[in-house]
Amino acid sequence: MNINASGLDYKELNEALRKAGRGKCSITDCLGQRFLAAGISECEITVSGIPGNALGAYLNGARIEVMGNAQDAVGDTMNDGAIVIHGNVGDAVGYAMRGGHIYVQGNAGYRAGIHMKAYEQKQPALVIGGKAGSFLGEYQAGGTIIVLGLYDDDRPIVGNFPSTGMHGGKMFLRSDCKGIRFPEQVHTHPSTDEDMAQIEHFLRHFCTYFGHDLKALLDSPFTTVVPDSGNPYRQMYVAN
Amino acid sequence: MVREGEVRIPSGCAIAAVISREGKGITGDVIYNSMKPMHDRSNGLGGGFAAYGIYPEYKDFYAFHIFFDDRTSRKECEAYLKERFEVVKGELIPTRKIPEITDEPVIYRYFLSPLRSMVESEQVDEKEFAARSVVKINTEMNGAYVFSSGKNMGCFKAVGYPEDVGLFYRLEEYEGYSWTAHGRYPTNTPGWWGGAHPFSLLDNSIVHNGEISSYDANRRFIEMFGYKCTLQTDTEVITYILDYLIRRQGLTLEEAASVIAAPFWSTINAKPEKEKERLTYLRTVFPSLLITGPFSIVYGWNGGLMALNDRLKLRSMVTAQKDDKVYIASEEAAIRVMEPDAEDLYAPAGGEPVIVTVKEGKF
Repeated sequence: MNINASGLDYKELNEALRKAGRGKCSITDCLGQRFLAAGISECEITVSGIPGNALGAYLNGARIEVMGNAQDAVGDTMNDGAIVIHGNVGDAVGYAMRGGHIYVQGNAGYRAGIHMKAYEQKQPALVIGGKAGSFLGEYQAGGTIIVLGLYDDDRPIVGNFPSTGMHGGKMFLRSDCKGIRFPEQVHTHPSTDEDMAQIEHFLRHFCTYFGHDLKALLDSPFTTVVPDSGNPYRQMYVAN
Repeated sequence: MVREGEVRIPSGCAIAAVISREGKGITGDVIYNSMKPMHDRSNGLGGGFAAYGIYPEYKDFYAFHIFFDDRTSRKECEAYLKERFEVVKGELIPTRKIPEITDEPVIYRYFLSPLRSMVESEQVDEKEFAARSVVKINTEMNGAYVFSSGKNMGCFKAVGYPEDVGLFYRLEEYEGYSWTAHGRYPTNTPGWWGGAHPFSLLDNSIVHNGEISSYDANRRFIEMFGYKCTLQTDTEVITYILDYLIRRQGLTLEEAASVIAAPFWSTINAKPEKEKERLTYLRTVFPSLLITGPFSIVYGWNGGLMALNDRLKLRSMVTAQKDDKVYIASEEAAIRVMEPDAEDLYAPAGGEPVIVTVKEGKF
């Protein structure tokens, strides 16, 4: 099933997508339509063109592959499924996601993985192939954020204020993180074998989607970031 | 009707811009079509455009675009203009009747040359003289509002969706080397024609997406220097701040950006010594002009554009280029409408200005 998105607004496009039902569906000539595939459970969607903000918001099990860049808030509050972006994403990718996986080939903007959370079997993951902007994993409460820092440019692997307010989950940066300032409330350490075993299947998927060599990825040191296991925010607002 | 300045309702918005570094003409339909995929960022309560290089045959005259409530207010305002300027030409701005745009005021433009004797008697330069005339009309004359006052440029704005506002003003008939656009989603003030963006003073114009939380602190400071914030909108105060910093204080654009979107002290302290000294100086001298809260703006003037995000980057902005043109928009989709093959897509960091100028002699 193919849907040509030109001339359709976000509501018409989403209605057409819902009518298409289960199975595979490709959307062509997408140009800024928001909320694409919001809340959808069973469908495999391929998008060409530029999907609008909040692509796959509340996604509930469907799989979305975008053959180029995506805009802001990809996978906002997504619950399950997978989103694969063959390009860059804007700000707030994986905003408050609580399940499912997002793979980004290129760079992510500000606030990637903000307030990502996890509960029992719901363990979300966000993998960014390039660099991430400032406030990566702000208020992270659970799940896994991985940044690979591929593609050489002069920018650091992450902008300012990474993991501000982090109180759960784990972050892995493919870098020794020299010169990157983390807040006092998190611990960083060079990733151990045990750490790497936890993320290997994510890296394997990343390599399959985007054609990278897993060995080459693992050749560089990773840094693991976890919240202080005590009560790191004691006294930040009130004594508690 | 309750207007801007009389009520404050507790903004999502859309912005876009295009500029030719070679000063080549771009027709207005290019920019208003770019606003279509961002339709839902606005709510129909304001849209507008700033166009540079559109009046080459009158390039030495101030082009005042004015909204009038009625004939009486126009006659009163024209009498005031004639006291201070030689009115080279005065005419209705051509518009197109479309069902989407209603209740339009009387919309005129005047090409003006300041009377030298009047400028000399006020002991100011010509630009300050023109700016004072604008402030005077906008604060003291009921029923008249100057919404554009630069040379060889013009703002066009209305209550409506931006793509409809562009059609209403027949912008496809204008050719400019630089355009900015705004779709409004007012959250603090009612929608009134004068309150739509861009805001401008002389050739400086601002389109703005955001909601600044330092409005009153900024306003109190800037009003000490003769500006009057009449509309309670964030954008108006940003326009005056940039006019003050750049035209009156002589700061460079980069310096002005470092004042209004000053980095955090922790970020400043991690900079190399010279940069640290520069940023510390600017934050210390102009602390009241730090703008906090979300904003993304495009600032336009004769010969250039500057795009800037707040230091926390709480609003989105993307830039791209292709050949001689540079594109700026809230969303990549808008850029792809203007140029499907746009290259070098880039999301500027918070507080990182993107400055584009037209080659000397090309505008």
